[in-house]
Parts: sequence; C-alpha cells; structure tokens
Amino acid sequence: MTFEVRVQREVFVLDVEYRKLMGINDKTGALVSFSGLVRDAPLELEHYPGMAERQMQAVLDAARGRWPLLGSIIVHRYGLLAVGDPIVLVLTASSHRAEAFAAADFLMDWLKTRAPFWKKATEGWVNAKVSDDLAARRWDIK
Amino acid sequence: MSGTLPVTLLYFAWVREQVGASEEVLWLDAPEPLSVLVDRLRARSCGHAEALSDLSRLRVAVNQDFTGWDHVAVPGDEVAIFPPVTGG
Repeated sequence: MTFEVRVQREVFVLDVEYRKLMGINDKTGALVSFSGLVRDAPLELEHYPGMAERQMQAVLDAARGRWPLLGSIIVHRYGLLAVGDPIVLVLTASSHRAEAFAAADFLMDWLKTRAPFWKKATEGWVNAKVSDDLAARRWDIK
Repeated sequence: MSGTLPVTLLYFAWVREQVGASEEVLWLDAPEPLSVLVDRLRARSCGHAEALSDLSRLRVAVNQDFTGWDHVAVPGDEVAIFPPVTGG
C-alpha cells in the first residue's frame, strides 16, 4: 500500500504519481484522480510548513478510517502560480470505484478547510467560503 | 514586566502582514489561556491590535494542531494565528 502526502513549490506530474498507485496490489480495481487548477487570475499560495503536512496526513488518516483505501497520494503546491497551473492533486485507490470517488471527494473537502494554505490574488487575500465549510460539514454525519 | 517562559508566535497571510512579522517570542510568567495571551499581544503595536481585533475572523493552532482560544499555552509552545484557510 502506498500512502503519501507532500507539499512542494514545483509542479507535479500526474502520470508519475498515478503510476505509483497502479498495480500496487491485485485488489486495486479503481483509481480516482482529482487535480485543482488556478482559474481566472494568478495566485500566490502561502503555507505553514510542518502543520501543512501534519494536517494533510491527519485528513488522509481520517479517510482511511472511513473507506478501505489501498493507496492515496496528496500533493499541495505553494508559491506563485499562473492561470491553469495545478495547485493540488488527490489520488485514491481502492477495490471499487464508489470508495475511491467518495474518499477523493472527502479529502478535498477536508483539505480545503483544514490544511493551512492561504491564497493571495492581485487584489488581496482570498476569503474563506461558507460553501467550503458546509461541504466539509456534510461528512460529519456518517 | 516580562516573564521567563517563552512561547513562539507565528503569523500567516494577512495577520502576518498587519503584525509586520512572521514570528516573535512572548515571555510568560505562567501558563495562560490564549485569549489572555492575545490581549497582551494587542498592546504590542497598532498592527497587532488591528490584526487581532476580532478573534472570530482568526484561527489558532498550538504545536500545529487547531485549538480554541480557551487553550492554555505553556512554555515552549508554538502558537500560530492565521485567517481561515483557503487552499485546495
């Protein structure tokens, strides 16, 4: 089983990460990938080194407690990013697609409300969205 | 009047900009709740007062875990104050 969280300035290569989860064992029947991209305007992403990795790991551990994941990789970038640049990558592997989709959805919802990253646009710091909090809270009812 | 027990403070995003520093040390006389600690930080500068004026707009973490303002800080703690996160 491969489980990994990473914070990095440089771009990630989807295919490289994807291959880490392909064929990890004979039980893997589903592999879901989500990439978040910069839209509309360039961004600068600040993060809290150490806590970012720690919270990403905690979110991944929570997902593993809810779904029988066979592997997962989460990569979050920081620094200056242009429109179209990838910001975040979530990969989940499981035996069946329902768990892999649900876990990826959950991981993104919780990352957006728990991982210490902050977006700054040209007009200033981006405000947190109520809709993100609500999205994260729907997982409270299990 | 300053204590002998150091707590490291970290600031991020607009809190860091308004305070004018990403990191500083506060010396405590004894362990104290974060809400009391923040009162003393506000007195440090206009930037501190502005950044820390409304706790409902802020989040706090101690030793890299989210916590509440009633948490009691002890010497050696890393206390981080920042806006709600906006990554992903």
